[in-house]
This record gives sequence, C-alpha cells and structure tokens, in this order.
Amino acid sequence: MKPVSVEHMSIRFGAVTILPDVSFDVAAGECFGLVGESGSGKSTILRCASMLLSIWTGDVTIGGRSVREMPLNERCRTLQMVFQDPYGSLHPRHSIRTVLSEPLKIQGLDDRERRMREALGDVGLPASFLDRYPHQLSGGQRQRVAIARALILEPEVLLLDEPTSALDVSVQAEILNLLVRLREERGFTYIMVSHDLAVIDHMCDRFAVMQSGEIVEVLPREAIKGNEATHPYARELIGASLEYESVV
Amino acid sequence: MTEERPMLDVKNLSVRYRGTDTPAVRDVSFTLGRERLGIVGESGSGKSTVGRALLKLLPTAELTADRMRFEEVDLLTAPERKMLELRGQRMSMILQDPKFSLNPIQRCGLQIAEAYRTHVRCSKGEARAKAIEMLSAVQIRDPERVFDLYPHEVSGGMGQRIMIAMMLLADPGLVIADEPTSALDVTVRLKVLRILDGLVREKGIGLIMISHDLSLVRSFCDRVLIMYAGRVVETLAARDLDNARHPYTQGLLAAQPRIGGSRDELPVLERKDSWLEPAEERP
Ligand SMILES: Nc1ncnc2c1ncn2[C@@H]1O[C@H](COP(=O)(O)OP(=O)(O)OP(=O)(O)O)[C@@H](O)[C@H]1O
Ligand SMILES: Nc1ncnc2c1ncn2[C@@H]1O[C@H](COP(=O)(O)OP(=O)(O)OP(=O)(O)O)[C@@H](O)[C@H]1O
Ligand SMILES: [Mg+2]
Ligand SMILES: [Mg+2]
Repeated sequence: MKPVSVEHMSIRFGAVTILPDVSFDVAAGECFGLVGESGSGKSTILRCASMLLSIWTGDVTIGGRSVREMPLNERCRTLQMVFQDPYGSLHPRHSIRTVLSEPLKIQGLDDRERRMREALGDVGLPASFLDRYPHQLSGGQRQRVAIARALILEPEVLLLDEPTSALDVSVQAEILNLLVRLREERGFTYIMVSHDLAVIDHMCDRFAVMQSGEIVEVLPREAIKGNEATHPYARELIGASLEYESVV
Repeated sequence: MTEERPMLDVKNLSVRYRGTDTPAVRDVSFTLGRERLGIVGESGSGKSTVGRALLKLLPTAELTADRMRFEEVDLLTAPERKMLELRGQRMSMILQDPKFSLNPIQRCGLQIAEAYRTHVRCSKGEARAKAIEMLSAVQIRDPERVFDLYPHEVSGGMGQRIMIAMMLLADPGLVIADEPTSALDVTVRLKVLRILDGLVREKGIGLIMISHDLSLVRSFCDRVLIMYAGRVVETLAARDLDNARHPYTQGLLAAQPRIGGSRDELPVLERKDSWLEPAEERP
C-alpha cells in the first residue's frame, strides 16, 4: 500500500494558468475523490501526476518516491490511469488483444492469454472481444477495455477519470464492486474523478471540490448527505447534487 | 396535446454489423412526437446504433425495417444526397464521443462558426460572434479563449458543450443526443438541460435522449424506452420509471448507488435469457 502526495502542482498553457498551486495528500489504501466544475482542472491533475504532461512544476510522490524519478517501467507498475475519453485512449488500429498484451510484454509477464481473459472477465466482457477493434465496440465497452488495461498490471495506484460515467448503472455497479474488492484484497490506492456524488459517497473516504484550478475544500464523504460544506461553491455543488438525486 | 402525425415513426428496425452473427438491434419500434423520449439500457444494448440508424450513419451494417419515416421523408429509401441535407439541417445527433467527432486540426470555435455559416449567410465576423454567444449560452467560462482551442485542448465536459452549441446553431427539428451531459457537473448539467427543454417547449422539436442517468431520464423525459440486448423490453412514462415491471429495469434501478446509502456491495443484474423474448405490448 502506498500513499500519494501532490505538492504545489502548477501548470500553464501559453499565457493561461490552469492550475495555480494544487496540493493534497492521499493515504495508503485510500480512495480520494476529485469533483467540481467542468473545466476546473481535474483531468489535468491526473495527467500531470501520471506524467502524461511533464511541463508542470511541483511534485507528486508515491510511497515517498517522486513520479519524475521513476523510469517508465517502474511508473507503469506503480501507477495506471483510466482516461475520461476511452475513444481517444485506445489506438484505433490496435485490436483489444494488442491493447492488453502490450503492457504485459513490456513488463515481461508470462501467462498472457490467461491474464487477458481474466482482465476482460473482470469488466464483464467476453474473451471473444480480444479480436475486436475499438470502433467495433460500444462507448461503454471501450471504457471497460480501458479499465481492463489499467488493471492488468495490478498497479498500486489507480488514477480514475470518470471511470463509469459512460456505463449504465448495472455495469457501473459491477465495476465499482470490482474496485472495492481490489482495494480490500490488494490495498490499491485510488484517486477518482466523478460528477456523481452518489458514486463518490459510495467509494471515497474523502474528496476535494475544485473550481477554476483550485481546491476550494476537502471534505469527508459523510459531509455530502447533510451538505456540511462551508465554501460557497462546494455548498452549491453538493446542494445541487442532493436536489438532482431527489427531484430530478 | 394535439393529435398529430408523429414526427418520427419506426417499425421493426433491425441492424446487424457486418462480421457479426447476432443483430445489434432487433425489431425496435417507436414513434416520437414533439416530446422528449429517453432511451436507457445496458452498455452494448444498441442505443447508439438506433441513433445512428435514424441518420443512416452505419456504413458497415445491414439495416432493415418495415417503416422508418421522419416527417415527410421515407428514411429507408432516401438517397445519401437527401440524408446529407437532412443531417445538416433538420436532424442533428450529438455523438457519444464528442471530442472525436470534431475535426482534430481545426480550432473548436471555427468549427462552430463554419457550421453556422452553412445555415445562415453572414460574414465571418458575425459567425464568430454567434459562436462565442453560443459557447457562453452553454455555460462555458471564458468563451473567447475556448474559441481558439483545438479539440484535444478542451476538457471532457467542454467537448460535450461545444457539440451542443453546434447543434443549437443548426436549429434542427429532431435532436438525437447520445449521452450529451455525462461529463458535466450537476450545476452546469441542469442549465444545459434547461436549454434543451426550452427547444422542446418553445420550438417544438423532438428530442431523443440516450442516457445512463436514470434520475435525469425520470425527471427530464416524457417517455422512456428500455433496451436490453438489442430489443426494447419496456416502454414507460418517465415518471413511472420507479414502478417499472420488467426485471431488467428493476435491476437497473437497484444497482444505482445513492447519497447516504449503504456501502454494501451494489446489487448486480442476474441476466436471464427469457428477457430476450419480445416485449409485451402495453399502451
Ligand atoms: N493542451 C491544452 N492547451 C490549452 N488548454 C488546455 C489544455 N489542456 C487542458 N486545457 C484547459 O485546462 C482546463 C482544465 O481542463 P481539464 O480537462 O483538466 O478539466 P476537467 O476538470 O477535467 O473538466 P471536465 O469535468 O469537463 O472533464 C480547461 O479550461 C482546458 O481548456
Ligand atoms: N462497427 C461495429 N462492428 C461490430 N459490432 C459493433 C460495431 N459497432 C457496435 N457494435 C456492437 O453492437 C452492439 C451495440 O452497440 P451500441 O454502440 O449501439 O451500444 P450502446 O447501447 O450505445 O452501448 P453504450 O451504452 O456502451 O454506449 C455492441 O455489442 C457493440 O459491440
Ligand atoms: Mg475531465
Ligand atoms: Mg452508446
């Protein structure tokens, strides 16, 4: 089990500062939520932490070790990310078999066929899908392949960017149950972006509320039900979610 | 409600993708008036395929139907030239992967402005102003900056709203929205839904809303089709969603986590082959 620490993460694109200065800590084995305004920088935080973007300043450490110092191989085994746009994260001309076997090959893991079948089974897809291409899958099936690819290396930290927002609630339930089980059995640490506070409430211990590149408040999950936030935006967001669930 | 001929009339639509044995959509029938019709159902059950079939955007599939009509147009026999005209002007689909239906090498704002100029004759400057107006109408902060971004530079929720902005400018009579708000935070989502709602109420458009969000469908739609394995297994008034009778629909409702709910394992569906039998007809 490894803790994650984000320290003074800051990034600009051209003249525009997207994240001025973001810091937070996630305990080993915790599930930490990131919620907030669309465009506020949630995906950017995950893309920086996974070194998909490298032009940021500040640091992210996992178990005390900086992600910047990890060689690619070690980073892949330590940390995996599930992207918000499954279409963009899967190579259009790679079959699902290629998508899943590539990381296994790079890590020199054997028994690949079994691991691939298991990984697909875990996300509720049949093994026959190994020979399909991304465009032959539905939106939710693509998302599940992306989740399978992240899980197949059994990383210690998973960065999940709206992992279930493309899924119907029955498949969502299966994936969330899987994530809970993996956390219990293998002590994974999660950082999870979601717009659905019911999912955050179900999965997370604590969560941060973001607006315009800043964390305005960090709250325990228990604060959702009675809307115990103090920052005005956090209150508005939780209030709207409570209303959405009851009235909507 | 006036008794008028429905805008869209679909009877026994089936779609099979080439290279697969089982159809992705089987014998789907429904009509749509000037209303909001929700389509919910399992991932892979054929929802997006139905949407694309209506626009005949399925180059690698065989499509059959007894009837598929939009207003005065018989979609089954309409030539591609007619479909092109319809797709641009009168029927609009907001695709499930918005960022990937945009041109990756053109700035988002220009794409909106150009789409506008195919409908309305105006100067580039006017089109730009209109595009920026639409970006702010869909609650994008800083629309001038976002106008100049490329698709890979916008966030997930911004991509969805750019697609909605484009659709608004095209001013169509029928909108098929495939998960249009899944990447939006709840406060922005409610505002965007209000815009769509306004189109139905004020302009009398027909709206098909494909969504996984049961709360949204329950409160925002008039009627709901529930799809399972390519079939419509139940059709309900949206407000009666909680009283659904089909075990699949009941299973869906139970699988949804709730704020303040227990953290026990979420119930998952025990899928049954008997669910594949044709849906019972209910008025
Ligand atoms: N490569 C880039 N160039 C310029 N701006 C960018 C780039 N990548 C991201 N941005 C900007 O950074 C901001 C934050 O984007 P991000 O994707 O992190 O938002 P988000 O919180 O994940 O939103 P959503 O909930 O809609 O997915 C947005 O304003 C976006 O336009
Ligand atoms: N081009 C294709 N070739 C072969 N099969 C396809 C193709 N496109 C889709 N399918 C299959 O057709 C079925 C229906 O897909 P569709 O995209 O309509 O599902 P959906 O209900 O929209 O699911 P989701 O909620 O996950 O988006 C899926 O099982 C999918 O794998
Ligand atoms: Mg995002
Ligand atoms: Mg779909």
